[in-house]
Amino acid sequence: MIQVDHLTKHYGPVTAIEDVSFGVEKGKIVGFLGPNGAGKSTAMRILSCFMPASGGTARIAGFDVFSQSMEVRRRIGYLPENAPLYPELPVAAYLDFVAEIKGVPRRERRARVAEVMERCFITDMQRRLIGRLSKGYRQRVGLAQALLGDPEVLILDEPTIGLDPKQIAEIRRLIRSLAGQHTVILSTHILPEVSMVCDGVIIINRGRIVAQGTEDQLVEQVFPTSRVAIGVAAQAEAVERELHAVPGVLGVEGRETRDGVAAFVVESPRGRDVRGDLVRLVTSRGWPLLELHQVGMSLEEVFIRVVAGEEASGPAESVEAPAAPAEAP
Amino acid sequence: MRWWPVFKKEMRLYFGSPVAYVVGTFFLVISGWFFSQILFFYNMSSMQAAMQPQMGQSLNPTEAILRPLFSNMSVVLLFFMPMVTMRLFAEEKRSGTIELLLTYPVRDGEVLLGKFLAAGALYVLLLALTLLYPGMVGYFARVEWGAVLTGYLGLLLLGGTFLSVGLLLSSMTENQIVAGFATFGILLALWVVGWGADFAGGTLRTVLQYVAITDHMDSFSKGVLDTKDVVYYLTAMAFALFLALRSLEAKRWKG
Repeated sequence: MIQVDHLTKHYGPVTAIEDVSFGVEKGKIVGFLGPNGAGKSTAMRILSCFMPASGGTARIAGFDVFSQSMEVRRRIGYLPENAPLYPELPVAAYLDFVAEIKGVPRRERRARVAEVMERCFITDMQRRLIGRLSKGYRQRVGLAQALLGDPEVLILDEPTIGLDPKQIAEIRRLIRSLAGQHTVILSTHILPEVSMVCDGVIIINRGRIVAQGTEDQLVEQVFPTSRVAIGVAAQAEAVERELHAVPGVLGVEGRETRDGVAAFVVESPRGRDVRGDLVRLVTSRGWPLLELHQVGMSLEEVFIRVVAGEEASGPAESVEAPAAPAEAP
Repeated sequence: MRWWPVFKKEMRLYFGSPVAYVVGTFFLVISGWFFSQILFFYNMSSMQAAMQPQMGQSLNPTEAILRPLFSNMSVVLLFFMPMVTMRLFAEEKRSGTIELLLTYPVRDGEVLLGKFLAAGALYVLLLALTLLYPGMVGYFARVEWGAVLTGYLGLLLLGGTFLSVGLLLSSMTENQIVAGFATFGILLALWVVGWGADFAGGTLRTVLQYVAITDHMDSFSKGVLDTKDVVYYLTAMAFALFLALRSLEAKRWKG
């Protein structure tokens, strides 16, 4: 549905995005993840036909965003960053304007506007001036205008920014419900949002794509081993030596020893569970086992590793140390 | 054509905010003041003419009331029109709404047309209200309605030119004040440049006379429909709108 090839954008001497390529299948929700200034908004502005790329191509539903811009625009709903709206207009009047400019037939207009207001929970606010609304409501009006005209593709730049936790949950549920009929590309820097809402992730940093795939794929790519945390009340050096000897253990990372507890993270090949062997070892030595659990790698850790790894422009090991303490129970 | 929703939106913004009312009020107050002053002067002249009959020749109401009124109104417009147009693109750019507007399935030209026609409609409304003045003169004296018609046609063309220059400058900046002031500056320069014609000679004189924006209004207020003047306003309008369109498109290239 969305096909982007070698997209590049320069603002004068500044390169906003460089050689970005990805594809999104119909009905999927893809999260664009990246630190501030990574080029997320630039990519979305190009996809929404607001500005052209300096190089490369982008196609939506088979139409080129530059040469067939009108065809593309008929098929997209766009929510720019910070939902820019006309503060002097009442909500319903504004949405009526959007419906008309998007070519919703006159007879259906009222019903369509009512429908999107319902979906975005703004029906109660329809007579209010947009300028009088809180940030959260404005954001939802922005989302409502994107949904008008029932576009095949939705491009949402930070759709949940400025909302309170309850509203965030509602909007996420709304976006989730769009999957299937609509193809959605949304940007965010809230990591759990991607896990909750998106089918796929594209991590972008300094204008380049540094990782893409489903969350599980990314975790596997970035952390090829599975990890088990173990805490034993014993002398740390002895325990570490013994742990290394367990079959299947690839590495042992020492963590802080506190109150006589030696804590480690044991790495093993993915799919090989070493927990049974570890318990047998510990009990045979008579060490009191205080803690044993699998360390699940979340997108957050993937993101930190990938982005920080980029920043250090070196191998991933360089960020091992700061990443580990964050997992302390 | 998708200019209609843009037109409607701009009208809502004009009348939903104080812009239309403030501009309308002051335009009517000031042009009304000019009208009354001209009328008082005419009144005085006619009393003098009653004592000195040879002065009566200059007492043609069309010539002595409406012609100076039109010329005064064109100067008042020069001050007011920049305030009607300065918001149109600059505000959309500042607030970012242009990003949405230009990604809807509507051509840049249609957006421009919608905005131009909205500003034009507001202007036509203001002009319609001033029809009261020739109406009053017509009630008490014999007026050449043909000259009134050409006078208003001239004002329409003049105002349309002011509006298109304003739209052009509004499309070039995201600061309303800059847009308004630059429009005003350009229009003022185009007005006063005509004064230089008096001291210039040869080709320069002809050029200055031709460029001067309000001078072309004079033949209309005399009741003369001169193609030279019609062409002047229409080309100026088309040229400014064309540049405005280019400036909108340039935004797409530069980002």
